[in-house]
Amino acid sequence: MVQPLGYLKESASQTAGPYVHIGLTPNFCGITGVYESDLGATMVNDRTLGRRITITGRVLDGTGTPLKDALIEIWQADAAGLYNSPSELRGSADPNFSGWGRAATDGETGEYRFETIKPGRVPFRDGRLMAPHISLWIVARGINLGLNTRLYFGDEAAANAEDPVLARIEHRVRVPTLIAAADGDGYRFDIHLQGEKETVFFDI
Amino acid sequence: MTDLSNRKPETGAFFSRDRLWHPPGLTPGYKTSVLRSPQKALLSLDGTVSEITGPVFGHSILGELDNDLIHNFAKPGESAIGERIIVHGRVLDERARPVARALLEFWQANAGGRYRHKKESYLAPLDPNFGGCGRTITDADGHYAFRTVKPGPYPWPNGVNDWRPAHIHFSVFGHGFAQRLITQMYFEGDPMIWKCPIVQTIPDRAAIEQLVAALDWGNTIPMDARAYKFDIVLRGRRSTLFENRMEGN
Ligand SMILES: [Fe+2]
Repeated sequence: MVQPLGYLKESASQTAGPYVHIGLTPNFCGITGVYESDLGATMVNDRTLGRRITITGRVLDGTGTPLKDALIEIWQADAAGLYNSPSELRGSADPNFSGWGRAATDGETGEYRFETIKPGRVPFRDGRLMAPHISLWIVARGINLGLNTRLYFGDEAAANAEDPVLARIEHRVRVPTLIAAADGDGYRFDIHLQGEKETVFFDI
Repeated sequence: MTDLSNRKPETGAFFSRDRLWHPPGLTPGYKTSVLRSPQKALLSLDGTVSEITGPVFGHSILGELDNDLIHNFAKPGESAIGERIIVHGRVLDERARPVARALLEFWQANAGGRYRHKKESYLAPLDPNFGGCGRTITDADGHYAFRTVKPGPYPWPNGVNDWRPAHIHFSVFGHGFAQRLITQMYFEGDPMIWKCPIVQTIPDRAAIEQLVAALDWGNTIPMDARAYKFDIVLRGRRSTLFENRMEGN
């Protein structure tokens, strides 16, 4: 016998299912009057610091068909590289930027869209700077445990080249799956759940 | 409410996730997972500041009826039809510590097993007084509670005759983006739990039992509502013992 550690087990995940919108974006799916607005629908206001960008894309299944019932949340630093979180001890983030967004993919086209700002750089565990990036979490019917990945920016080649996380991707041919292409004022980022172009997902 | 502002924020990285406890991505018994599950190995990443931070929500986002699904969509003076229940419990982390200020969002079918959603085709009727969504934030001890009607079971297209047991969907925010979790709560004594292909995606029976809420007779309100107790566990954080502080700390 040894002393018990007394740890609990994390509650097991279950799929978000086809009706995730009822819980997380009720106004989006026509349930109005319960909440004033859907959480995470707005990340910026007119005083938010930084360059305004849009991020659009789709989530594609193993046949290349876009998911029309997926939900994506993003989390990112502000323009100065600070997170709007109590666990951020390096400084105070821009109070006019939440850093967190939530969007459902469109029921007809499968497109998602975020209006946000370009994040600043934040340090890796050893202090080296990571390239600007956005963390994503993807849930949907048929996804049993939310998928984590990152979006990096196609116009940050130098920073991406020294990013310690991208550097850990053994099959270099897969690195582009994490890089959003610049497209006017925005970036385009498709997420491939399977296949040749399968996005690199993280165990974080 | 206890003032949390003088509590030191937690900044340790999270315990690695036990992926043998969670359902795997590919679970052919749940057909939709076949084309939606990644096939390549995940890239393991010990938490950086991007993963150990996360949004935290204030009570100011909550409306008075957000935790009352019996009334939050009902016409004035009316209420949703069904068995009145209270669902309550605590949000804890793997170190058994309460998670204060966790945002919980929940959604469910009505008492007849019908969702208010345009993609829903089950022939059971909508309840004009039931929307099906609610939310709340845990207090300083990790407690939460809400009022609703017990959802009905419903059939779904998977196998020819597959039915979901009565369940409530839960979305949970802890304090770090890597803690984000969606799960489902089931009800004690429901024989349909063990027939469900979505439940069966979870390999370990003990992990399933952890998602079954117990009828809580002690907290049942006489002549009003029965209570079910459902605790939720989020990932724990390592102590920052002997870890190098990150640059700029
Ligand atoms: Fe459901």
